[in-house]
Amino acid sequence: MYKVVTKRYLNDAKSICLFEIEAPLVARHARAGQFVIFRLDEQGERVPVSVAGYDREKGTVTVMVQAAGKTTKMLHTVEQGDYISDFVGPLGKATEMEGLKKVCVVGGGVGCAIAYPIAKEMHEKGINVTFIGGFRSADIVILKEELKTVSDKLIMCTDDGTYGEKGFTTVFLKNEIEANIKENQPQFDRVIAIGPDIMMKFLADVTRPYGIKTIISLDPIMVDGTGMCGCCRVIVGGETKFACVDGPDFDAHEVDFDSLLKRAAFYKDEQDEAAKHICKITGGKRNG
Amino acid sequence: MANLKVNMSLTKNEMPEQDPVVRAGNFDEVALGYDAETAMKEAARCLDCKNSPCRTGCPVSVKIPRFLEKVREGDFDAAYHIITSTNSLPAVCGRVCPQEKQCESKCVRGIKGESVGIGRLERFVADYHMAKADKPEPVAPQSNSHRIAVIGSGPAGLTCAGDLCKMGYDVTIFEAFHKSGGVLVYGIPQFRLPKEIVAAEIENLTKMGVKIVNNAIIGKSITVDELFEDGFEAVFIGSGAGLPQFLHIPGENLLGVYSANELLTRTNLMKAYRDDYDTPIKHFHNVAVVGAGNVAMDAARVSKRLGAEHVYIVYRRGADELPARKEEVEHAEAEGIEFKLLNNPCAIHGDEDGHVTGIECIRQELGEPDEKGRRKPVPVPDSNWVLDVDTVVIAIGTSPNPLIRNTTEGLTFTRKGGIEADEGGVTARPGVFAGGDAVTGSATVILAMGAGKAGARSIDEFIKSKK
Repeated sequence: MYKVVTKRYLNDAKSICLFEIEAPLVARHARAGQFVIFRLDEQGERVPVSVAGYDREKGTVTVMVQAAGKTTKMLHTVEQGDYISDFVGPLGKATEMEGLKKVCVVGGGVGCAIAYPIAKEMHEKGINVTFIGGFRSADIVILKEELKTVSDKLIMCTDDGTYGEKGFTTVFLKNEIEANIKENQPQFDRVIAIGPDIMMKFLADVTRPYGIKTIISLDPIMVDGTGMCGCCRVIVGGETKFACVDGPDFDAHEVDFDSLLKRAAFYKDEQDEAAKHICKITGGKRNG
Repeated sequence: MANLKVNMSLTKNEMPEQDPVVRAGNFDEVALGYDAETAMKEAARCLDCKNSPCRTGCPVSVKIPRFLEKVREGDFDAAYHIITSTNSLPAVCGRVCPQEKQCESKCVRGIKGESVGIGRLERFVADYHMAKADKPEPVAPQSNSHRIAVIGSGPAGLTCAGDLCKMGYDVTIFEAFHKSGGVLVYGIPQFRLPKEIVAAEIENLTKMGVKIVNNAIIGKSITVDELFEDGFEAVFIGSGAGLPQFLHIPGENLLGVYSANELLTRTNLMKAYRDDYDTPIKHFHNVAVVGAGNVAMDAARVSKRLGAEHVYIVYRRGADELPARKEEVEHAEAEGIEFKLLNNPCAIHGDEDGHVTGIECIRQELGEPDEKGRRKPVPVPDSNWVLDVDTVVIAIGTSPNPLIRNTTEGLTFTRKGGIEADEGGVTARPGVFAGGDAVTGSATVILAMGAGKAGARSIDEFIKSKK
């Protein structure tokens, strides 16, 4: 059993929640870009979620989870001091940052929760970080203060303009790249983008003509997360890869987004059906 | 020994089974086991040959004639103790061992008629013990305080841990999954090996003092080097062959193509077949399982139980070459699995949305025997045809997981990615031992158990030689 040491909502809409979990075996080696798999209880499914932070001394790992399907909605009902059944990791490869000098990190929605520790680790290593954080509207914006501390330049934007700039991350990324050219500044040697698949697809289109290597973090459907089931396969550069062991980071210009988007929606009907049947008496609390 | 007359019946006593039509719709165990009377009758078929050839066929050296003698006498407790003196998992072995290729293949009674039903009797003895209310608790042996780490709680790891524990070692198993048992829980279906039985066998080990740490992935959460730093004196790697192989034909990433591992893990470990469990599984109608080993039979029979109307085994060789156990093939046939033999898949077809619509096969003929003596399939020109299915399950084998390979110095590996180890599980790195599928690639439960046993002996020698 794994104790929830801290629970805190990260935005006004309470759509994304931070959980700090006591998991010394995960905290020992966790790094930005990796993920964990949690399971609520005996009946629960195994759900992958990215590492948002870790404290090796305390032996805790932080995750930031958006209530989307049944399991994540039920996770939101778990309170500080409660326990969840399983929390295993770290899984996947950490984000590569060796030798980088100037990076643009782009986060979309809850993707900012994953982009944040990557930006943080890069910032601590002395890499120049431009962070572009995009959200639908002000009520779901997360990590407003934290992102300031890990970036040399921070651009926050919302689709409706209710917080920060108005517009999509793609527009601001293009602006920054163009500005580097116009002002004769060094160009980004890498763009790291994390967010909805469709956003990452369009960001890849933005950087492609400039030849800037672009890395995206994928979260396809998984079962075990250790390379055993092959459920998370993605086509990268014409080859089949397993996101859980070969990723989750991949070269955006090589990823077959068409197949990625289709595979991500495979269990949509089952998901929707399950979400309808979250216990209406306990609000999602099970066995207790 | 008791002077009882040998039962000269040429055939084994039948073991009752659930009716095929009924069982194809549920996940309850297919075979129902002997009762005490039948078990005693069956055990009486043993000739108690002087040189016990059956024992040479058992990778964990069960004293077969001795336990059969006790069964014949009705002393089932004594029989249990004889089996468990060399085998930590009798209820498992009695169910999933390919006895017809092991002990029973050596049985003298098999020369004329059927061999003694050794597997069925092992199962009976284990189940009898498990069901007994007033059985004594397993006793923790006197500890010698040497700490050993075992990686993986599958058949190799459990056997190694059990044997070491009996020798007095302080054993900790590290298991990546939330549940212990490895392939016994994620791979082999409930109807062939009930998970309650696996749990009970594992509980016996923990009562003896074996510790199990779940959710610990060696190579990720902890490395082998850190295990030594943490004070373990030897490490046994029994991490299995978890990586699924695919066919590398067009369409393999379409929606509805599963590895057998995925289908079986969703169903067996995550219990997707039960309404009260959250892990989803698709309600498919027509399923093609590619491959014809035991895992393919499991995948096909699981698909049928999940409600598929038609389930096909697609295999490029013929009926005589089927690699699965005969019993599994017969069970599958009885449950209505349709065999499309001498067909090699060459592409999977899908619709606009990316869902599987069929699997294209080329008919094969059997040509000359290959180096193993199996007749080689040869494609028949222009014989392509499409089998209409909405789901394809690839069950053509697995290879060892690279996590430990990528994070452990000093080991050497085979071309196929297995850890190089000798028959005693000794690897290139002192103090590190390995056995089971992590070494051989996909094989059987009992061979992995044999390797676990050999590993335990080698570890014991290694520790003693250090002093």
